[in-house]
Amino acid sequence: MPNTPGAAHTPTIVLVGHGMVGQRFLEALAERGVTGRARVVVLCEEPRPAYDRVQLSSYFSGRTPDDLSMVPEGFMAEHGVELRTGDPAVAIDREARTVTARSGLTVAYDTLVLATGSYPFVPPVPGKDAKGCFVYRTIEDLLAIEEYAKSARTGAVVGGGLLGLEAAGALKGLGLDTHVVEFAPRLMPVQVDEGGGAALLRTVEGMGLSVHTGVGTQEVTVGDDGAVTGMKLSDGSELAADMVVFSAGVRPRDQLARDCGLTVGERGGIAIDERCRTSDPAVYAIGECALAVDGRVYGLVAPGNEMALTAADAIAGRESSFTGADTSTKLKLLGVDVASFGDAHGAAEGCLDVVYADSRSGVYKKLVVDTDGRLLGGVLVGDADAYGMLRPLTGSVPPVSPEQLVLPAGAGAPVALGPESLPDDAVICSCHNVSKGAICEHATLPEVKKCTKAGTGCGSCVKVIQQLLPKTGDGGLCGCFPQTRQDLYEIVQVLRIASYAELLDRYGREEAKGGEGCEVCKPTVASILASLSHGYVLDGEQAALQDTNDHFLANMQRNGSYSIVPRIPGGEITPEKLIVIGEVARDFGLYTKITGGQRIDLFGARVEQLPAIWARLVDAGFESGHAYGKALRTVKSCVGQTWCRYGVQDSVRMAIDLELRYRGLRAPHKLKSAVSGCQRECAEAQSKDFGVIATANGWNLYVGGNGGATPRHADLLAKDLSDAALIRLIDRFLMYYIRTAERLERTAPWVERIGLDHVREVVVEDSLGIGEELDALMSRHVAGYRDEWSETLADPERLARFVSFVNAPDAPDPSVRFVPERGQIKPDLTFLTLEGVSAR
Amino acid sequence: MKLELSHDDDWLPICDTTVLTPGRGMAALLPDGRQAALFRDRSGRLYAIDNRDPFTGAQVLSRGLIGSANGRTFVASPLLKQRFDLETGRCLDDDEVAVAVYPVRTS
Ligand code: SRM
Ligand SMILES: Cc1cc2nc3c(=O)[nH]c(=O)nc-3n(C[C@H](O)[C@H](O)[C@H](O)COP(=O)(O)OP(=O)(O)OC[C@H]3O[C@@H](n4cnc5c(N)ncnc54)[C@H](O)[C@@H]3O)c2cc1C
Ligand code: SF4
Ligand code: FES
Repeated sequence: MPNTPGAAHTPTIVLVGHGMVGQRFLEALAERGVTGRARVVVLCEEPRPAYDRVQLSSYFSGRTPDDLSMVPEGFMAEHGVELRTGDPAVAIDREARTVTARSGLTVAYDTLVLATGSYPFVPPVPGKDAKGCFVYRTIEDLLAIEEYAKSARTGAVVGGGLLGLEAAGALKGLGLDTHVVEFAPRLMPVQVDEGGGAALLRTVEGMGLSVHTGVGTQEVTVGDDGAVTGMKLSDGSELAADMVVFSAGVRPRDQLARDCGLTVGERGGIAIDERCRTSDPAVYAIGECALAVDGRVYGLVAPGNEMALTAADAIAGRESSFTGADTSTKLKLLGVDVASFGDAHGAAEGCLDVVYADSRSGVYKKLVVDTDGRLLGGVLVGDADAYGMLRPLTGSVPPVSPEQLVLPAGAGAPVALGPESLPDDAVICSCHNVSKGAICEHATLPEVKKCTKAGTGCGSCVKVIQQLLPKTGDGGLCGCFPQTRQDLYEIVQVLRIASYAELLDRYGREEAKGGEGCEVCKPTVASILASLSHGYVLDGEQAALQDTNDHFLANMQRNGSYSIVPRIPGGEITPEKLIVIGEVARDFGLYTKITGGQRIDLFGARVEQLPAIWARLVDAGFESGHAYGKALRTVKSCVGQTWCRYGVQDSVRMAIDLELRYRGLRAPHKLKSAVSGCQRECAEAQSKDFGVIATANGWNLYVGGNGGATPRHADLLAKDLSDAALIRLIDRFLMYYIRTAERLERTAPWVERIGLDHVREVVVEDSLGIGEELDALMSRHVAGYRDEWSETLADPERLARFVSFVNAPDAPDPSVRFVPERGQIKPDLTFLTLEGVSAR
Repeated sequence: MKLELSHDDDWLPICDTTVLTPGRGMAALLPDGRQAALFRDRSGRLYAIDNRDPFTGAQVLSRGLIGSANGRTFVASPLLKQRFDLETGRCLDDDEVAVAVYPVRTS
C-alpha cells in the first residue's frame, strides 16, 4: 500500500513506453532529484532503449541505431532506473495499483506514467497485411524495409504527408522506382497550403518520384506467392509495386488505458488535465498518446517534451501546466526545406497573405499578417533559411515589412534581419522551449546543448543559436585566429611567413597575440607550413605544433602505446618484406592486423621502442606510411590487367606511381585514393578523394569520394586520360584543395561547398590561370620528399624525444601493459582504470 | 638550469630545463611510481601536473599540445582532447574533474 503510516516507504514510479518523450521524462525526473528518492521502473516494448525517432531516416544515410540512441551513457545506472527492454506492459490494475508486463512481472506503483506514443494507421484495404507491406515508425521497421528492398525494384508509399515523403525518400535512396499516393489534392496537406504544395510537387517530381494526388488506395494486389504486386487506386487505375509502405497518419496508443477504464477522447488519445494527469490522479499520460486539454493530440516531439516536464513537475510537487503548444515545424525532406509555423493556413479572421513564389527554383514563401501588421504564421518551401528568425517573431510586428522578409536576398531585400533584433523572450528552440535570453547566457554551442538542451531535438535552431553566440562564431579558425584556414594559407604563402609564433603575433586575435595558441590552430598551421615549405616536419619550432601522432610519427592508441603502419604502395608487397614485418612484430611482441587500406598495422609499441622498430623496417626498405598525418594515406589497387581476365590497364603500376608521387603530402585532412583496372571497380575508387578507373582508352578520374560517417560517391572529373594528363589533373586538384579547403574538410565536403563545376573550371580548364603555379608547387613537393623515419633515425637530436621518461630514458612506461587475446596482445585497460582514481 | 619538482616534502631534480621544447611536454617517473607531465611555455614558464589522463586512465597528458585561452595556459589531452589548466590542474571541459599539480622550481 502506498504511504503506510509510520513505515518508511520508497515510492515507485512506473513508466510505460520508453520513446522520445519517455526518455525526456526520465531526465526531467533526474533533474528534479526524484530518481534519488523513488524507485523508477521502465517497461519498454522495443528491443532497444529510446532513440531519436525524428532522425530515424538518417539511418539510411549511415547513422547506426547506436548513433540514434537518446540515452546518455551510464544514465540508467547513475540514476538507478530499472529499464526492461523488450517487455511491454499488457495490463493495468488501477484498484491494486499494479502493472503487469508480458514477461509476467507485476510491479506495484504509486505513480504510473503512460508514454506509449502512437501506432501507424493502416487503412483497412484488402491485401494490407501481405508480404511486402510495411509501416515506417521504428528501427525494426527500417531494417525490415531495407532487407526487403534488396529484392524489389518498385515501391509505393501510401500517404504524402511529412512521414510519407520521408519514407518515399528512403525507398528512392534504396534504389527503388518510387510512387507516392496521397488522398488530399496536394502533398503535406497539414503543413503547407496550395501554393506551397505546388512548389513541393515540382521539386519532388524533379527528383524522380512519381506523385499521385487526389486518389485513394482501394486495394493492395497480391500475387500467388502472397507477396505484394501493386495497388488499385480509387480512380480505377493500377500501379505496379513490389513493396508498399503505409504512412497514412498515426493514432494514439491508448488501448492499455481503455482496458483499465481511463477516459479517452472520442477520436482516441488518453484524456489529461493541465498537469498531465489522466482521469485517475495516480496515472499520467504524456507524448503522442495523450489528449491535451485543448482537445488536441500532438504528433510532434516538442509538445511531448513539454508534457514530460509538466508531469515531472507535478510528481516533484512543482507548479506547471501544459495547455497546448505551437506546432511549427521545419524539415528537410528529400533535400527540400519545408517549414510552417503559427497560423500557416491563414485561419484568423481578416488576415492577409504576403506571397513570393518562383516556380523555376521551386521556392514558395507565404507570410500571414493581421491588419495591424503582426506576423501570425507562414509557410516556406524550397528556402526556409528565414524560419529560425521568423518563428520567434510570430505574434509581434516585425522590424521590417513582410515583403522584405519574403523576397530573396539581392532582390531589393534589405540586409537580412539578424537574430540580434529578437526580443530576449523569443523562443529560439521550440523542441525544448528555450528562449533567446537563456541561450545568450552561454558561450559555446556544446555548453548551450548541455545546459539548456536547445539544439538537441530536430536541430533546426542550431544555425540561429550559432549566430547568437559570442565569436569565434565569426568563421575564424579558433579562439586564436579570426581568419579561416584558407586565409591563413594565403597569408603564409604571400608573406612568406615561416613560423607559427610570427603568424600568431602578427595576425592572431588581439587577445591571443603573444600567447601559446591552441590545439586547433597549431597543427593546422603546421600543416600549412609543411605544405608550403617542405621541410622536415619535426624541426625547430614546428616540433611543438604537431599533434602527438605527428610528433612521434606513429598513432597513439587508447592505453598510450603506439601503432606503426609502414607504407605498402598500391598494396603490393614481396614475400621478403612480408617476412620482415612478421619478424619485427614477433620480436617486439606487437599485435598485427591487416587494415582497411591494404596494408599492415602493428600495434602496442611503447614510445622508446619506436626507433628500434623502425630501424629494422627502414633497413628492409620500408618507409613511413603517414597513418598519423593529415596526408596521403594509401592508394589502393585491384590486381588489374596483369592477372585479371577483365582488366584493361595496369592498375597496380598506376596505384604505385600515384602513391609514390603524393606520399608525404600534407593537406587539410587525410587523402585517400584507389585505382581499378576496369569498370567492375574492385578497388572502390569511387569512394576515394581521388579515384582512377581504367578504360579501354586510358583512365577516368573521379574526385570528392568519401567513406566514413558521411559516404559520398566521387564525381567524374575527366574521361579517357593518358597517364600524363591524369597525373597533371590530380596534381592540380590536390594543390587547389590544399590551398582552399578548411581545417579538417575532406575533399567530399569541399567539392560540395565550392561546387564541382568550379573545381572543373579551375582544375581542367584553368579558369583562374593558376595551373602552372599549382604544377610548380607539386613538383617541389615531389622533389623535396624524404622519408621522415629515415631522417629521424639518422639524427641523434631528433631521436632524443623518443623516451617514456625524461629523467629515466631507459625505463619503459609501467602503465603500458597488455593481456593476451586470440594468440596476440591487447591493452590491459582494467589496469589503467584501477590505478588510484577511476577513469571516467 | 635544472628543473626540480616538489615531491614528498623534498625537491626532486628532474632534468635540464633546455630539454623541454616550448609548447610541448615530457613525462617524468617519480620514486613512488607516479608520473608527472612537465611543460614549458613560450615565455619559459614551467609547469608540472599529473601525467594520467583521468578520462581514459592512460599516462599521456605530457604528450598533449599546450595552448592558452582567457589568460590561462592549458594542455589538451592527446586522446580525447579535454583541456586541463596547467596551474590548477582543473579540467576546463568538466568542472568535476581535476588532476594533481606539482610545484616546480629551477636551481
Ligand atoms: C587502421 C584502420 C582500421 C583497420 O584496422 O582497418 C583505421 C584506423 C583509424 N581510422 Fe580509419 N582506419 C582505416 C581505414 C579507414 C577507411 C577505409 C579505407 O581507407 O579504405 C575509412 C573509410 C574511407 C574514407 O576515409 O573515406 C576510414 C575512415 C575513417 C574516418 C572517417 C573519415 C571521414 O571522412 O568521415 C576517421 C575519422 C577522421 O579521420 O576524422 C578515421 C580515423 C581513424 C583513426 C585515425 C582514429 C584515431 O584517431 O585513432 C584510426 C587510427 C589508426 C591507427 O591508430 O593506426 N578513419 N578509415 C584503417 C587504416 C587504413 C590504412 O592502412 O591507413
Ligand atoms: C520517421 C519519423 C519522422 C518524424 N519527424 C518528426 C519531426 O521532424 N519533428 C517532430 O516534432 N516529430 C517528428 N516525428 C514524430 C516524433 O517522433 C514523435 O512525436 C515522438 O517520437 C513522440 O514521442 P513519444 O515518446 O510520445 O512516442 P514514441 O517515440 O513513439 O515512443 C513510444 C514508445 O512506447 C512504446 N510502447 C507502446 N506501448 C507500450 C506498452 N504497452 N508497453 C511498453 N512500451 C510501449 C513504443 O514501442 C514506443 O517505443 C517523426 C516520427 C517519425 C516516425
Ligand atoms: S576492377 Fe576489373 S581489373 Fe580490377 S580486379 Fe576487378 S574485375 Fe579485375
Ligand atoms: S528547435 Fe528543434 S532542436 Fe531546437
